[in-house]
Amino acid sequence: MSNAIRARRWGSFYVAEHRLLAMRSYLRTLLVTGFGNPLIYLFGLGVGLAKLVSANVDGATYLEFVAPALLATAAVTVASEEFTYPVLAGFKWNQIFAAMNTAPLSGLQIVNGMIIGVFCRMLPTVAVYFAFMLLFGAVPHALGVLAIFAAVVTGLALGTPIMAFMATIKDDRGQPALIQRFILIPMSLFSGTFFPISRLPIWLQWIGWISPLWHGTQLGRVLTFGLVEPTWLTAVHVVYLGVLIAGGWWFSARIFTRRLSA
Amino acid sequence: MPEAVISAAALTKKYKDFAAVDGISFEVAPGESFGLLGPNGAGKSTTMRMVGAVSTRTSGTLRILGLDPDQHGPEIRSKLGVVPQADNLDQELRVRDNLIVYGRYFGIPRKQVAKRADELLEFAQLTDRAKSRVDDLSGGMKRRLTIARALVNDPRILLLDEPTTGLDPQARHILWDRLFRLKEQGTTLLLTTHYMDEAEQLCDRLVVVDKGTIMAEGAPSALIREYSTREVVEVRFGSDRNAEVATLLDGVGERIEVLPDRILIYSDAGEAALAEIGRRGLEPITSLVRRSSLEDVFLRLTGRSLIE
Repeated sequence: MSNAIRARRWGSFYVAEHRLLAMRSYLRTLLVTGFGNPLIYLFGLGVGLAKLVSANVDGATYLEFVAPALLATAAVTVASEEFTYPVLAGFKWNQIFAAMNTAPLSGLQIVNGMIIGVFCRMLPTVAVYFAFMLLFGAVPHALGVLAIFAAVVTGLALGTPIMAFMATIKDDRGQPALIQRFILIPMSLFSGTFFPISRLPIWLQWIGWISPLWHGTQLGRVLTFGLVEPTWLTAVHVVYLGVLIAGGWWFSARIFTRRLSA
Repeated sequence: MPEAVISAAALTKKYKDFAAVDGISFEVAPGESFGLLGPNGAGKSTTMRMVGAVSTRTSGTLRILGLDPDQHGPEIRSKLGVVPQADNLDQELRVRDNLIVYGRYFGIPRKQVAKRADELLEFAQLTDRAKSRVDDLSGGMKRRLTIARALVNDPRILLLDEPTTGLDPQARHILWDRLFRLKEQGTTLLLTTHYMDEAEQLCDRLVVVDKGTIMAEGAPSALIREYSTREVVEVRFGSDRNAEVATLLDGVGERIEVLPDRILIYSDAGEAALAEIGRRGLEPITSLVRRSSLEDVFLRLTGRSLIE
C-alpha cells in the first residue's frame, strides 16, 4: 500500500497519535487529576456529605446518587480541557492544524483525530473513576459498568459542539474561561448533580433538560442503581446525546475545512 | 522545456472584492529553482497556498505535477514539502518527535520515519538537539527544523515562504547552503522572498510580483540587464544639496534617481561617470561605484514608496 493511500485511510489515527504524544508533555497532571479527583470527591462526599444526607434520594443512598453524576462530570472536565485550548492552539498559537493540512490530511481527518485522541484520554480517566466508585461501594448494580460509556458519551456530547465553537474563534479573548465559568459550572449546578432537578423551580429546570450533563447523569443512574424513570425518557437521553455528538462533529468538520482552505 | 511541474495560468484569488492574486501565469520546470519576489502584501503567500493545494483558487488554471489541486488536493500535498512563513512547529513535542509525527501524517511507516528523522536531523545540523524542546531552539534552528520537517516525505517540490526572514547572517548562510544542496540533488524549489541577495543566490528564474500581478520575469542576471545598467554610482552631496546638484548631472549615465540622502546614477561604466562628475567641478562628500543588483530592479519595478 502506498503511503498516500495509507494517509488517506488512516489519517485520522495519525492525528490521534499526535494528540496522545502531545498529552505526554502533561502526563503527570493527567495522572494526578485522574487518580486524585475521584479519591477526593468520593471520599469527601461519601464520608462527609453523605453522612449529613441520610435520606434516600431517588431510591438510592446519597453516595450512590451522586457518584454517576461525578463520573459524567469527570468526562465533561476532560472534554472541556481537550476541546478548548488545543483547538485554539492548533489554529492560532502554533498553527499545527495548518501544518497537518499542508501534509495530506483533511479538515475532517483532523476533527476525527482530535475526537479519537480525546476519547483515548477520557476512557481511562472515567474507568479509573469508576474503579474508585466500586471501591467506595457506590455501584449496587452489576450493569453499572456501562455507566463508563454513558459518561464518555456525555463528555463527547458536550465536547464536539465546544470544538466547533472553538474553531470559529479568530482571536483568543478568554472564551475558554468564559465557557468554563458561564456554561460548565452553572450547567453542573443545574444538571441534577447534587440533587434531582425536580427540586428546582420549574423555570430553572429547563437548564437541566438541555444540559448533556443531566441526560448523561440520569443515564448513568439508570445503569448504576436502577433509577426508575419512563423508558421513553431513557431513550431521549441516548438520542439527545447522540444528536449532540453528531451535530458537533458535523459542524466541526465543516468549520475546520473552511477555515483551513480560506 | 520538459513538462512543467507547476503551471499556473491567469491564476486568481479574490477575497470578496479584493484580488490578492490577480491573474498571474508562470511555469516551473522540474529541478528548477523559481522565485516569487515582491513587497509585503503582493500576493506571494496566497500564491504559495494555492500551489500548496491548500487554498482554493477563484479562477484560472493550476496544475501541480500534472494534477488539478481542486480535485487532487491530498494526492498533490503528499508530494510537496511546505515551509510556511511562520514556523508552525509543534511546541508540545520534542525536536525529533516533530519530524516523526509529521512523517506519520504522510502515512510513512513508523520504522522508516524514525530512520528518516535521524537523517534529517543530521542534514539540519540538529542531531545533538534531538531531544530538546522546540521552544529552546534559536530562530535559525527552528527554521532548519521546519525545513527538515518539510523534507520528511522526500517531496518532489519544496515550497518555501520567506525562508530566511528574521534570521542573522550566519543562520541565513547555513540555510542557503542547505537549500543549495537540495537544489543540487534535483529538488524543485519554489520560494518567496523580499531579500534580493537571497533571490540572486538561490533562484534560476524569478518573477517580480506586485499588487497581485507579475511585473517582470526572467533569470536574475537577465532582469538586471533589462531593467538596470551594469553599474550604479551612488554620490552624496548632503541632503540639502542633492536635488540642486542633480540638475547639473544631465547626461551623466543613462538614468538618474534623486533620493533624499543620495543620488543614484545608473551607468554601464561607473568609474567613467564618476570621473565626469569630477570634471563638472562637483565634489561629492562620499561616492561609491557598485554593480547593479536585483534590488535596483526590484525598486524600479515596485517603487520606493512604502505601501502598507
